[in-house]
Amino acid sequence: MELLSPGKIVDSFKTALRDGFIDAKIYQCEVAVQRNVFKTIWIYVKREAFREAVEHLCNLQEYPSLAIISSCDLGDNVELIYHFTIYYGHRLEEVSLGLRVNLPKSDLKIPTITDIIPGALFTERETQEMMGVEVVGIPDKRRLFLPEDFPEGVYPWRKDEKSPPDDMLRILPGREPK
Amino acid sequence: MIQEETKKATYTIPVGPIHPALKEPIRLALTVDGEEIVDVDIFAGQVHRGIEWLGMNRNNPIQTIYLAERICGICNICHPFAFVMAVEHATGITPPPRAEYIRTITAEMERIHSHLLWAGVAAHEIGFDTIFYLVWRVREEIMDLIEYVTGNRVTKAMFQIGGVRRDITEEQFPRIRQSLNYYKSTFDQLKKVFLDDKTIQMRTKNVGILKREDALKLLTVGPSCRASGVPKDVRQDQPYAAYADLDVKAITPDIVTGTVVGDVYDRIIVRLLEVKQAIKIIDQCLEKMPPGPILAQPKTAVLLKALTQAEGEGVGRAEAPRGEVIHYVRLEAGQSTLATWKVRAPTYVNLMSVPIILKGMQIADVPITFASLDPCMSCTNRMIITDRTLRKKSIMSYAELHHLSLQKTKKLRR
Repeated sequence: MELLSPGKIVDSFKTALRDGFIDAKIYQCEVAVQRNVFKTIWIYVKREAFREAVEHLCNLQEYPSLAIISSCDLGDNVELIYHFTIYYGHRLEEVSLGLRVNLPKSDLKIPTITDIIPGALFTERETQEMMGVEVVGIPDKRRLFLPEDFPEGVYPWRKDEKSPPDDMLRILPGREPK
Repeated sequence: MIQEETKKATYTIPVGPIHPALKEPIRLALTVDGEEIVDVDIFAGQVHRGIEWLGMNRNNPIQTIYLAERICGICNICHPFAFVMAVEHATGITPPPRAEYIRTITAEMERIHSHLLWAGVAAHEIGFDTIFYLVWRVREEIMDLIEYVTGNRVTKAMFQIGGVRRDITEEQFPRIRQSLNYYKSTFDQLKKVFLDDKTIQMRTKNVGILKREDALKLLTVGPSCRASGVPKDVRQDQPYAAYADLDVKAITPDIVTGTVVGDVYDRIIVRLLEVKQAIKIIDQCLEKMPPGPILAQPKTAVLLKALTQAEGEGVGRAEAPRGEVIHYVRLEAGQSTLATWKVRAPTYVNLMSVPIILKGMQIADVPITFASLDPCMSCTNRMIITDRTLRKKSIMSYAELHHLSLQKTKKLRR
């Protein structure tokens, strides 16, 4: 397996995804006394090209490690970031890679990747219940963390009208409600 | 209808969710055929405290450090570690090198205490309470050292964005070295007890096997992953803090046995050797520790103002005793709270391998096999055995389950 530099990884995504590729950013910083480099890559893709991007990642690294899906409510859109790491097992070579997808609130759907990475199941289930993003084709649709009696259509991570209403929040003594 | 179910002859045994000995509850539903486990389902979320929600809606980033510290009672260095690194990457704050070394020392102390705690629990699960007492007595030394260095046994409050709160001075070095020497002298005894004992071998070898491919597909992290032969360790792969200056190598069980099986025994080997590795790392850190300040910005109010105006995102990754902890932080200018905060603790992904490692095992192997992943959760308090044919429920307590495990050890010894 050839280990590509961050710039080359971005280029390989560009050629593999063509129109589906939107933008990329490379973040590097130096660590401790010896000034070794800590590398993070952010790749921004269109939803249509998302699965292709994950498949391309599997070309770079057999079994890419998906840490978590983070999601952010940006007002009209919901942004999902799939935090991958590749090139593990080699000293100083590992790269964090955030695969970023933007979904419009009118159509919150993302295809599942559990067929490519079976371990993505928990985090997809969590994204579904917490952010209200429908994961199309997920093999296990149940909730993961929220209790069974938690109301439908309320998503704790949202910042709009679907976030938990005030009567669901317990205000601690001595604090002002926000 | 009843006839059909009799033919299947499988029962579902819920295990959990509450266990007084460990801190976090989880429920497992085991489908058993006689003594053999054929399927496992996991129910999490009994202690979902909405911590990320608080970080995004209530706290400012500095208050969130305390919150991150309270995600876990044992990993309360790793969580703030990953969190402050994520904020530092988002804002471009660089901690001074001395702070990086102090962070590393505290993180390694945590690894020693966590692995020893686990070793004690594992011994207890197979009915070896003498070893449990022995290991926890040995563990007291590191707890005293943690108290000496940080001022607290449990919640250490060492971390600040851009550095650490307390220095480790030259005068403290001899006391730290004294503890390290104690561990160096007791290590061989521990190794002998855990790796050479016949009963431990009988209970742990070829039990709860996680194959390399399964570990990779299910994204397993930490010692559980390394025990399956994957040399994956954040400290080696993407070194942070002082690890970047040290030569840390991921530990896999073939160093001792020559082969990788991926069973409970291999997980014991990995954790045991990591204790030794941690001692070495602390030793090296003490030697190489550079002089200088310990905070990039000592004034909290100035720091807080800078954080409110900052914009950016960052990922912080730290190798906790149980595996990789990852925090993602996104800051928006003018917003006093974090715009996004996502925490991933190692048990989150390690739980997915529970069905694989428990399949084909006996009920008596559940405690040790589940504990071998070192889950930051409870395992077994009560079990309700639903007998489908008789349609009645019987409750099995943690004590009974533990007794079952003891019986197996006794039987093997004969």
